Amino acid sequence: MIELDARRLMCPMPVIKTQNIIKTLVSGDNVRVTCTDPGVMQDIPAWCRINGHTVLKTEEIDYEYILTIEVGSD
Amino acid sequence: MATQRKAVALISGGLDSLLAAKVMLEQGVHVEGINFYTGFCVEGHTHAIRKKDKAKPKRNNALWSAEQLGIKLHIIDIIEEYKDVLINPKHGYGANMNPCLDCKIFMVGKAKQWAEENGFDFIITGEVIGQRPMSQRKDTMPVISEESGADDLLLRPLCAQNLPETKPEREGWVKRDELYDFSGRTRKPQMALAEKFGFDDYAQPAGGCCFLTDKSYSVKLTDLWASRGKRDYEIDDIMLLKVGRHLRPKPNFKLIVAREEGENNFLQGYKKQFITLRTMSHKGPLTLLDGTASDDDLKLAAQIVARFSQGREAEEVDVEVTDNGVHKNFTVKPLRSDEIEDAWRV
Ligand code: SF4
Repeated sequence: MIELDARRLMCPMPVIKTQNIIKTLVSGDNVRVTCTDPGVMQDIPAWCRINGHTVLKTEEIDYEYILTIEVGSD
Repeated sequence: MATQRKAVALISGGLDSLLAAKVMLEQGVHVEGINFYTGFCVEGHTHAIRKKDKAKPKRNNALWSAEQLGIKLHIIDIIEEYKDVLINPKHGYGANMNPCLDCKIFMVGKAKQWAEENGFDFIITGEVIGQRPMSQRKDTMPVISEESGADDLLLRPLCAQNLPETKPEREGWVKRDELYDFSGRTRKPQMALAEKFGFDDYAQPAGGCCFLTDKSYSVKLTDLWASRGKRDYEIDDIMLLKVGRHLRPKPNFKLIVAREEGENNFLQGYKKQFITLRTMSHKGPLTLLDGTASDDDLKLAAQIVARFSQGREAEEVDVEVTDNGVHKNFTVKPLRSDEIEDAWRV
């Protein structure tokens, strides 16, 4: 599992960071992104839907928003 | 069968770029979107800072547009490079601090570079002649094409019929007679086309795609530059200009006073970088002090902060000032509301 710390970044920066790390990965890899801007709960899933990745899990723990993503094939 | 051509579309999140991309898709072109983040974009979730806005989270319209179109969207961070565009715009500013023409030239140039790197054939934008006073005029359209380096690889599907033929039209990659001839400030043709394509619930930003078209934001930015004696900024500066009440009681310092709980929480994140003031005897907002301040200045700042606390009518309010982990305490009489000068408000 790859970890990405996107705490204290405001949208769309966490989306950009997620996109940039996914570019370096291959299909089937998993990434866990930890954020503090609640906007990510909307924006990262939208970005994943558009670009063919799957959000496996979303969690909200102590004001942190954590998304686990499986990288898609394209 | 002819090879399918590829276009990269500048997607701002507004209706025009949505339509332009759709027109290309209808012609069988492969389209992917590109969206640039300057730091000033209204598409950020800065509004999520304010607690009252959290109840209805706002979508990112660029992502929404891409989803409607069924295309990929690449979001590019241009915060650093954009500084030069904003600080030294060759073509100047619009009504506020918006360097729209230079901004467009820069973005189209970046899109051109992206297209080359990713094997795309041409670039499209949702520009319409006469739609915006600064960047979308008949005489500025060729300036954008030329100065961005995109030249005749830049196609504006919504007004192409009013412009000279571009390479994608000449080569038959797209059909010119199925492009449009929109012009002027009217939004009617766009709305009709949106209806034809079945788009509703699209975003209609009033001023433009970024905070730089906003008057009060521009005033704050100009004040920031004037106070520092140089035109420069960091991403934190841009963010803080969107948050809180800004007061400059003296040229050497400014106060950023949280207006509600959401802003209070947001400003907490900046406690290490700034001198902060908190009222101790009464509930009150977290305040950041940007600049340098003598003890007299700090006392004045404390009186102002006390004014915005629940102790505003009290004889005395205790205020704690923290600078680099070192605390100082002041007991002050809150300023009266008529002592908060209008000229202080940035
Ligand atoms: S409104 Fe802002 S983002 Fe849009 S063209 Fe003008 S300067 Fe650029």
